[in-house]
Amino acid sequence: MKAVIALFRKDLLLEFRQQYTFYGIILYVASTIFVLYLAMGQPEDQVWNGLFWMIQLFVCVNAVAKSFLQESRGRLLYFYSIAGARDFILSKLLFNVLLMALLSLVSWVLFGLLLGNPVQNGIRFMGVAIFGGLGLSLVFTFLSAIAARAQQNAALMAILGFPLIIPQILLMMKLANTAFSQVIQDSLGMIFLLLAGLDLLVVALAIILFPFLWKD
Amino acid sequence: MRLAWWKILCIVQLLIISVAGFIGDVPAKPILNETIRNYYFHVPMWFGMMIFFIVSVIYSVKYLRSGKLEHDIVAVEYANVGLLFCILGLTTGMIWANYTWGKPWSNDPKQIGAAIAFLIYFAYLVLRNSMIDPDKRAKIGAVYNIFAFAMLFPTIWIIPRLLESLHPGGMGNPALNPGDVDSRMRYLFYFIAFPGWAILGVWVATLCIRLKKLEEKKLQHA
Repeated sequence: MKAVIALFRKDLLLEFRQQYTFYGIILYVASTIFVLYLAMGQPEDQVWNGLFWMIQLFVCVNAVAKSFLQESRGRLLYFYSIAGARDFILSKLLFNVLLMALLSLVSWVLFGLLLGNPVQNGIRFMGVAIFGGLGLSLVFTFLSAIAARAQQNAALMAILGFPLIIPQILLMMKLANTAFSQVIQDSLGMIFLLLAGLDLLVVALAIILFPFLWKD
Repeated sequence: MRLAWWKILCIVQLLIISVAGFIGDVPAKPILNETIRNYYFHVPMWFGMMIFFIVSVIYSVKYLRSGKLEHDIVAVEYANVGLLFCILGLTTGMIWANYTWGKPWSNDPKQIGAAIAFLIYFAYLVLRNSMIDPDKRAKIGAVYNIFAFAMLFPTIWIIPRLLESLHPGGMGNPALNPGDVDSRMRYLFYFIAFPGWAILGVWVATLCIRLKKLEEKKLQHA
C-alpha cells in the first residue's frame, strides 16, 4: 500500500513539474469542443448527450495513453526492481481515475459554455459523468499497458478499446439521459450496479493479469 | 478413410438436419411462418460461438500458467472458429431479419451485441499480428483474450435482459422464446442440429491446429 501511494505521488509530482501534458489535454478538450460548437451550434438533448460521451471517450484515450507509453524501458526496469507489478498498476489506475474525473469536470463546463446546458439535474449528471469517466479510465489504463508492451502507439489502444467500451458507453448514456428530465426510470439502479460491477471486474483483472504483461 | 466416430456422427447429424430442417414439419406461427426453420441453422451458430470462445479463453489461461506454445495455438484457432461462427450467425440472422423485420439491420440490442463480439475478436487478431516475437505475441494475446472475454460476456448475457428487443424471446431470455417451438423441433435442435454444428467447428479447429503445429515444426527444422 505504501508503494502504491509513493508511485501515485511520483506521477502526481511529475504532472505538477511538467505541466505541459495536463495543459495539452485541456487544450485538446477545448479545441475539440470549440470545433463541435462551430459545426453544431447548440444541439438537442439527445445529440448533446451523445457528443458529450464521444468526446469523453477520445479525451480518455488521449489522456490515459501516455501513462504507459511515456515510461522508457530503463525506467520500467527501475520500477520493477523497487516495486511490485500490482503496486505499479494500482498507482496508475488511481492516478488516471483522478485525472479523468478532473477532465470530465472541465469538459462539462466547456460543453455548458459553448453548446448550451440542457441538463436539468446538474448534480446527477456530474455524478454520472465522473462515474463514467472512472469506468473509461480503468479500461483504457489497462489497454494502454497492453499497447505499450506490444510497442505500439495509441492507435492500437483505440482499436482494442472501442469495441470493449461500447456496452459501457451505451449504459452510461442511458444513465445520463435521466439527468435531462425529472422523470426517473426504474432500471436505473440495475444499470448502476452493473457498471459498478464491471469497474470492479476491470480492477480485479488488472491486478491478476498485469504481472504477466510486466515481466519479460 | 481416416474418420473417427465423432466425425461420422457429425456428417450424419448435418445430413439429417439439412433434410429435416428444410422439409420437416414446423409449427405455423404468425410473423415467423416458415422462417422458424432458421432455428436449426442460426441458433447453433451462437451456441457454438460461445463454446469456442470459452475454450479459447480456457487455453489462454492455461498458456499463462504453463507457458507452452501449443496452448496458445489452440486458443487462437478456437477464437478463429468462434469468429467464423459469429460471422455465419450474423449472416443467417440478417437474412432471417430481412423477411421477418423487413430489413437486415435494425440496431436491435442482440445484433449490437453480436457486432461487438465480432469487433472484439477481430481486434484480438489484429493485436496478435502486430507483434513478431512468438512468445511475446502469445503472452500479450492471452492477456487481451482473457480481459476481452471477461468484459464481453457479462454484457452480452445481461444487457439484452435490460433492454427491449424485437428478437424472439423479447425481453428476458437473450436468444430464444421457448414457446415458439414444439417438442419435435426442440428434440431435433438439442440432439441433432446443435451437436452437429458444434462438432463441425471442433473438427475445423483441430485441422487448423494440426496445420499450425506442422508449420511450427517446419520452421524449427528449417
